[in-house]
Amino acid sequence: MITVDLAETSVRDLNQRLHKLPKDTNERAWRVVNPKGAHALVAGLDAPIEVTIDGHPGYYCAGMNKEATVIVNGHCGVGLAENMMSGEVRVKGNASDAAGATGRGGLLVVEGDAGLRCGISMKGIDIVVAGSVGHMSAFMAQTGSLVVCGDVGSSFGDSIYEARLYVQGKVESLGADCIEKKMTPHHLAKLEKLLKRAGIEADARRFRRYGSARRLYNFHVDNVDAY
Amino acid sequence: MSAPIPVRTPPRRSATFDEHSIAEIQRAAATGIYDIRGAGTKRKLPHFDDLLFLGASVSRYPLEGYREKCATDVVLGTRFAKKPLHLKTPVTIAGMSFGALSGQAKEALGRGATAMGTSTTTGDGGMTPEERESSKTLVYQLLPSRYGMNPDDLRKADAVEIVVGQGAKPGGGGMLLGQKISARVAAMRNLPQGIDQRSACRHPDWTGPDDLTIKIQEIREITDWEKPIYVKVGATRPYFDIALAVKSGADVVVLDGMQGGTAATQEVFIEHVGIPILAAIRPAVQALQDLDMHRKVQLIVSGGIRNGADVAKALALGADAVAIGTAALVALGDNDPKLETEYQALGSTAGCYDDWHEGRDPAGITTQDPELAARLDPVKAGRRLANYLAVLTMEAQIIARACGKSHLHNLEPDDLVALTVESAAMARVPLAGTSWIPGAI
Repeated sequence: MITVDLAETSVRDLNQRLHKLPKDTNERAWRVVNPKGAHALVAGLDAPIEVTIDGHPGYYCAGMNKEATVIVNGHCGVGLAENMMSGEVRVKGNASDAAGATGRGGLLVVEGDAGLRCGISMKGIDIVVAGSVGHMSAFMAQTGSLVVCGDVGSSFGDSIYEARLYVQGKVESLGADCIEKKMTPHHLAKLEKLLKRAGIEADARRFRRYGSARRLYNFHVDNVDAY
Repeated sequence: MSAPIPVRTPPRRSATFDEHSIAEIQRAAATGIYDIRGAGTKRKLPHFDDLLFLGASVSRYPLEGYREKCATDVVLGTRFAKKPLHLKTPVTIAGMSFGALSGQAKEALGRGATAMGTSTTTGDGGMTPEERESSKTLVYQLLPSRYGMNPDDLRKADAVEIVVGQGAKPGGGGMLLGQKISARVAAMRNLPQGIDQRSACRHPDWTGPDDLTIKIQEIREITDWEKPIYVKVGATRPYFDIALAVKSGADVVVLDGMQGGTAATQEVFIEHVGIPILAAIRPAVQALQDLDMHRKVQLIVSGGIRNGADVAKALALGADAVAIGTAALVALGDNDPKLETEYQALGSTAGCYDDWHEGRDPAGITTQDPELAARLDPVKAGRRLANYLAVLTMEAQIIARACGKSHLHNLEPDDLVALTVESAAMARVPLAGTSWIPGAI
């Protein structure tokens, strides 16, 4: 394992070193220490490597991640794994706002809580949060799945498209066009598989499913109050 | 004897309830929905036409038009980026999406811009391979919706433009109506075909200038500090917005006046929000000068650029480059009088057609209908755009030489006067024949 100490190396040098790795690199295991809130840490990775961060990164940790596995032994700032394409990002602590925003693929696991707007505008990513998420989570969520084992703040799934939302705890309120839907055996199987993939122990049967009522898909004046 | 003709007051139209206002009330009452259209504001505004150049005379001498060089090149992104853009002309192509425009139109824009050594820009829908291939210099937009955003295209781009807003609708999001959502457009945006595709008005993962600083840092990290980062704003509070964009770390700031076009926005938004580009340039330049960043952070202005005089005036007021959108579409073939019969069938007429959101454009530009789109030959349309860009550049050079300037960037506010009190105040140049600049301390 290669260890990089951010007390001695800049984020820019670390990121550029990781970006230069070929897909078939033998340098697959990395450890980053002393992140001390640094922004854009391991952003833009594009190779099947595993990076473990010991400490707390700042904004946009693992932003636009592709293929890499990133494990954070700490808490993360805003925009964790934003626009992730593939791979896996796992945070042992909490994540701040906009975790997994606009993510297009891969798996994001937050073992603690996530802040506001978790999964906002998500486009195919799967997000599993072992704790709770805040207000306006899954706003304009397009595709992918958001699983919340705890509670959810207000306006959940506002203006949602085709994303699948699963919640075990309480939902403070649903946003425009977001409704509770029947948990079919098909969806239950999907959820069980996702929880298992995320390594989160929970009984899928205790979750409720939410999704789009599809009333706002094409503008109509009679729905004006919903906008 | 015939009956006496009664004395009557002739019919009088109201200046307040004019023909357009009455028609809009009637349309709103009948449909229950506001009007949506493309293009920019159509109202009469103080504009570049209200400024005139002071050609050389006894006190200054001109350059010989056919012998003495007047350079037009511009370098964008010199502040932080390892690879700034070197353009041959300061006229660039503004962001317009695949989705709003056909693939053929996007290709034509790339061809025309490349032929003239300038850049073109993606839009709210991602980058298509055809667009990348046809554009030697391509600016990749990062918008609130993040439709199609991915790190591979980010690295393929020559520059990245973070769009905070646009002149036609500062503070507003967007809506691409379902009829323009073809299977390909839908797939690029990760959404079902045929449904309205809303674009948010704010970015999902940052709010305010402090966050923007960090967002720019992230994009720089992902692209290894190679690409110039632009920040685009709609013209509303240009002094503060430009100052904050500079503070946030932008290499280039793009300022779009309310004349700037849109693919689909509410008429009330287009006509009543934002300020004209003429009123926005000087405060923006002032902000750059106050921060000692004028010419270090480049300023691109857009919104209503039509001819070389507009280009020269924008540069004289302090811009480094301009961007064109609506004019570029017209050069490709939009609103061509040859299509008059078809425009009339759509309830419009050549020169007025602005229902770009409906996807029925007979010119094949603002459509995803394969049959209509096939009408536009990207090679020929690209050539028309290249011709037009060449004319814009040459016209600006003619004016610059007449003012004795060996580079378009040597034009300055001292070369200009204003025809109206309003334009003098906005452009901060004297009213013609006087030394009076309204509002100057």
